[in-house]
Amino acid sequence: MFKELEKSVLLFSSLALICGLAYPLTMNLIANSAFEAEAKGSLVYEGKTPIASTLIAQNFTRAHYFHPRPSAAGADGYDGASSSGSNLGYTSQKLHDAIKGRVEVYRAENNLSTTQKVPMDAVTASGSGLDPHITLKNATIQAKRVAASRGIQEAKVIDLIHQNVQKPYWGIIGEEKINVVTLNLTLDREFGKVKI
Amino acid sequence: MEVLDMGLFALFAFTVVVFGFFLGNYVYKIFDGKKTFLDPVMNPIENLLFRISGINAEKSQSFKEYTLSLMIFNLFGIFILFFILYFQSAMGLNPQNFSNLSWHLALNTAISFVTNTNWQSYGGESTMSYFSQMAGLSVQNFLSAATGAAVAVALMRGLTGRGIGNFYVDLTKTTLRILVPIAFVYAIFLVSQGVIQNFSSYVDVTTIEGGKQTLAMGPVASQEAIKMLGTNGGGFFNVNSAHPFENPNELTNFIQIFSIFLIPIALLFTYGKFAGNRREGIAIFGAMALLFALTLGSTYYFESQGNVMLTQLGVEAGPSMEGKEVRFALGVSSLFATVTTAASCGAVNAMHDSFSPLSGGVLMLQMMVGEVIFGGVGAGFYGMMIYALLSMFMIGLMVGKTPMYLGKKIEAYEIKAVIIALLLPSAAILGFSAIAANCADGLAGLNNAGPHGLSEILYAYTSAAANNGSAFAGLTANTPFYNVTLAIAMFIGRFGVIIPMIAIAVSMSNKKTYALSSGAVRSDTMTFTIFLAFTVLILGALTFLPALTFTAIAEHVLMHSGKLF
Repeated sequence: MFKELEKSVLLFSSLALICGLAYPLTMNLIANSAFEAEAKGSLVYEGKTPIASTLIAQNFTRAHYFHPRPSAAGADGYDGASSSGSNLGYTSQKLHDAIKGRVEVYRAENNLSTTQKVPMDAVTASGSGLDPHITLKNATIQAKRVAASRGIQEAKVIDLIHQNVQKPYWGIIGEEKINVVTLNLTLDREFGKVKI
Repeated sequence: MEVLDMGLFALFAFTVVVFGFFLGNYVYKIFDGKKTFLDPVMNPIENLLFRISGINAEKSQSFKEYTLSLMIFNLFGIFILFFILYFQSAMGLNPQNFSNLSWHLALNTAISFVTNTNWQSYGGESTMSYFSQMAGLSVQNFLSAATGAAVAVALMRGLTGRGIGNFYVDLTKTTLRILVPIAFVYAIFLVSQGVIQNFSSYVDVTTIEGGKQTLAMGPVASQEAIKMLGTNGGGFFNVNSAHPFENPNELTNFIQIFSIFLIPIALLFTYGKFAGNRREGIAIFGAMALLFALTLGSTYYFESQGNVMLTQLGVEAGPSMEGKEVRFALGVSSLFATVTTAASCGAVNAMHDSFSPLSGGVLMLQMMVGEVIFGGVGAGFYGMMIYALLSMFMIGLMVGKTPMYLGKKIEAYEIKAVIIALLLPSAAILGFSAIAANCADGLAGLNNAGPHGLSEILYAYTSAAANNGSAFAGLTANTPFYNVTLAIAMFIGRFGVIIPMIAIAVSMSNKKTYALSSGAVRSDTMTFTIFLAFTVLILGALTFLPALTFTAIAEHVLMHSGKLF
């Protein structure tokens, strides 16, 4: 019995050193020399201040930016230190009410009629609460609002959307989609920041 | 759209089978003492480890020795992990200054990771220090998978008349020759795609609109690789593989799904090699593939129907995107969910709680039958052997011949072990669910009301007893009641199956092998494959249909009558 325990303890410790220390530390070394930007979170800087990760949605509420999908991460959404979905099921009254409200807000923001259908991704909370992508349809509907509030032609914004479409890998894995964070960064770069 | 999804499913099946075949041959060489290309590096390291630990690598163990080694090794693992978590703040590598875990959360998490379940009652980025993740949880991601593989190999040896081998040796070889090398390459790939790997404190971002956002950091890639490869499934972050830092794009997603099934499929080819007849492995593979096609098809179909009630609110028709990511829409979300619950992985790239009622039911059913549809690393193989022996026994009774498997008689001793391994997890699922649904502590944790609330409870104990670890995550499980009962369910579901399987391995290994007569029932045929698949379905349905009727099916029916809760 004690002999077995001794064997277990010794073997466990040796394997723990390999799997729990040597492996992750080596990986850290390799990752940060070969893919430093990715390993550190694909951050975008303005001067020395990080302003975004291109992989993580952040909250955009102003009319001159594209808005990301609704978020259930943290108390106010888009909390990068508290990822979460709503976890509400199909028959949830809460889900029903939330989506009803979001449909109204989306229609009002984008000047849609009360009968026009709203894109699915625009009114449902993402799994992570940090989904940086929206669908092409969602972006196209928002383009009019963004163009109007920036005082530029809608066609120019649509062009920008199409330049920012992420295509499926090898044509079959994935779907066309737009990264809201990079799209908004491009907007500011192309047409200047809007003073508030 | 559908065509693309079908193309994707076909591509997935093709790649995982091809890679599984080659890996399976390699695994066979490792465990049957043949030469492999890693020998020059690994032999000296292994010999050193065995010498330090005083392990006699040449000696095959008896039932008692093997069980004792396995249990002591795993109990010690639980103890160490509990210790690390319970004293987390004293361990260092904790830039966010997370406090010690409560006793019940530490206990639940320790048992969870040692049993290869990776049920998480906590959110990673708000609870765990980097040390706990890396030196605590990640270590068990390797060792729990290696334990499963070791038992599977012991069973393969036993069934084919060899000695069952030495637990420590097989565990070490699985870790060093299979898991570490693949995880190493895999993690580098993940980082190249945007999975983070650092030890910095969380990054404060001044957002483009001038707001504040904090981004969680950590050594994610190294843990992510083994989390998928070892069918562990415990995410670094709360939302697991839905988090962009864990699973940033479609390519990483594809590889993640692929890596869940890789080793379970490889082991079937390994088995064919051990049996000296490739078709023995293929027959088991066929039954699993048949069941998988059924479950994937149903999940995909039910998800594609979408939530009819959303259309009435003015949302465009189509699959529901609540709880899903745009980069993982219908096809890959359904595939990921089906694969992760078929295998005992439990990682998720979409929130299962927000899936359609019936797809949620299919996911549960896959776990209820014991995760034998490819299943976990090792666990899938030995789990399916329960059904294979039972099928052969039933066939034997039906045709009136002595039941045999691989030329060895199946007798009362084996059938008793099979029944124990079948009944214990089922009893844990239904028993604990019944208790939770009838006490205030159980009902306090619910996020959804109506039948979906009951689904949350049933899913939790199913996931625990099947050592899956995925969740209807709305359930608030970080309470003494849930942490303790789920921990018991996980322990029963793991060792209540492993120990009977070791017993079977040893007893079969000692039996005489008969040459099959011409009229004998063969286990390497299509007939057996189909019989095996039906045995799984019928036993699963008989045991769990009542429970599913009150949850998934009831919710589906009520949804169509427009009822909300």
